[in-house]
Amino acid sequence: MKTDYVRRAITRRQLLGHAGMAGAALAAGPVWAQAIAKLPLPGGPQERPIATDFPHKGAMILQRSRPPLLETPFEVFDQGVFTPNDRFYVRWHWAVIPTEVDADKFRLAVRGHVNQVQSLSLKDILAMPRVEMAAVNQCSGNSRGFFQPRVAGGEWAHGAMGNAKWTGVRLKDVLDRAGVKDGAVQVRFNGLDEPVVPDGPDFKKSLQIDHARDGEVMIAYAMNGEQLPLLNGFPLRLVVPGWYATYWVKAINDIEVLDQPDDNFWMKTAYTIPDTPHADMKPGQTGINMVPINKMVPRSFVTNIKPGQTIQAGAPTLIRGIAFGGDTGVARVDLSSDGGKNWQVATLGKDEGKFSFRQWQSDLTLPVKGDATLTVRCTNANGIAQPDQPNWNPSGFMRNVIEATPIVVA
Amino acid sequence: MSRTIFLLALLTGLAPLAAQAQSQLVLKSDKIDLPDRGVTFAGPGSDVLNNNCLACHSAGMVLNQPAMAAASWKAEAEKMTHVYKAPVDEKDVPAIVDYLTRTKGAG
Repeated sequence: MKTDYVRRAITRRQLLGHAGMAGAALAAGPVWAQAIAKLPLPGGPQERPIATDFPHKGAMILQRSRPPLLETPFEVFDQGVFTPNDRFYVRWHWAVIPTEVDADKFRLAVRGHVNQVQSLSLKDILAMPRVEMAAVNQCSGNSRGFFQPRVAGGEWAHGAMGNAKWTGVRLKDVLDRAGVKDGAVQVRFNGLDEPVVPDGPDFKKSLQIDHARDGEVMIAYAMNGEQLPLLNGFPLRLVVPGWYATYWVKAINDIEVLDQPDDNFWMKTAYTIPDTPHADMKPGQTGINMVPINKMVPRSFVTNIKPGQTIQAGAPTLIRGIAFGGDTGVARVDLSSDGGKNWQVATLGKDEGKFSFRQWQSDLTLPVKGDATLTVRCTNANGIAQPDQPNWNPSGFMRNVIEATPIVVA
Repeated sequence: MSRTIFLLALLTGLAPLAAQAQSQLVLKSDKIDLPDRGVTFAGPGSDVLNNNCLACHSAGMVLNQPAMAAASWKAEAEKMTHVYKAPVDEKDVPAIVDYLTRTKGAG
């Protein structure tokens, strides 16, 4: 496919030329400011640099510089239900990522099992009916660093998620423009990122045809009222409300309607979960059926009280946080200070739509001095509540256990 | 077009917006430079990682991993070669596993 409208971070040749040259960098040493975030991951390591020099980004937790893996510092989630673009987390699979896109020359291809192949400019897409939706984008492995036993991967705390108001067009409208032929089963999405090595698996994801045409899946060209940062998928990003972010393909330039199920590596092997309740299994357990990760599950967090913080005994303290229902809205949020024996119902904030973060708050009065633990539980509109036991799987996916915040009452 | 107009266009209505409002929105070409940290593996036995691993990713991802058993490190190294087709010399894998088990801990 012709892609003369894009420049990428590093060419494959440059990257492969890196081998053997690495020693030269040793002498230079780090020169950037060394602010440190401490993530409370069991067994560590807990320290990460805070990076402030990534383009269009403010202070971010640096999990990996190349390809960028930037986590949203948790205090950002206390500042409102919408995560600012410059604090929105970043995750790329391959190091060859787009660093320059010509908005006039960019084209989105719609091809495969269709009547009329399309090559759409951004102007074409902007002229189509516009839709807007608030939706949470959460990495499949958000909170992986809390898995026990620990598992390999991006060692995130809770900041591999964000909520934005997405503006764009319905995927359905784009598909209708091409005319999906009878017999289509899935739609596959590819972006401007590329494998470092030529025979490495290009990152592509697919949705079932009915899902792709449900009128909710979007192609977004703006988040929170601005064009997307390149690191978050400029110029176009798939928005799959209620589903994990692995499907929200960044910088999409290719939509392929398939008449056979997609068996590419990123669907068949990567991003699969145990087909069990809560995607839970035991370490080393065999005979488990693995399926592609899909819908999100409810989660909730305290955002205004840090672990270990002291609150005053006998006086009401405002406890505040965020919740999301996963693939549907938040029905209720409950707060406990005695390990889940007693719960009090929190007051929910403004409803920004069923796929959005929802703020909650509750006044809590604890008469007895000493250590205590706050726990918060979201129940979604389908009646699904967060479990009180953590799940485990070898990829560290789909954590949604009731989270605990230790406090001191004094 | 100014950013203000762009924002107004987005904020004025429910979806789908009127055709006129839609025409207000413009997407601008973008170009970024990514910072290069130049972080490498250090200490005895690190050369083999610096030569094999840094073509595809920076060292930070590896250094942030928890302690894991040697078998888990071996599985990770083999995933890089077999699944992601990293140009890692097979004969270097034991030395990579040895370095990671020594420096990161064996779980």
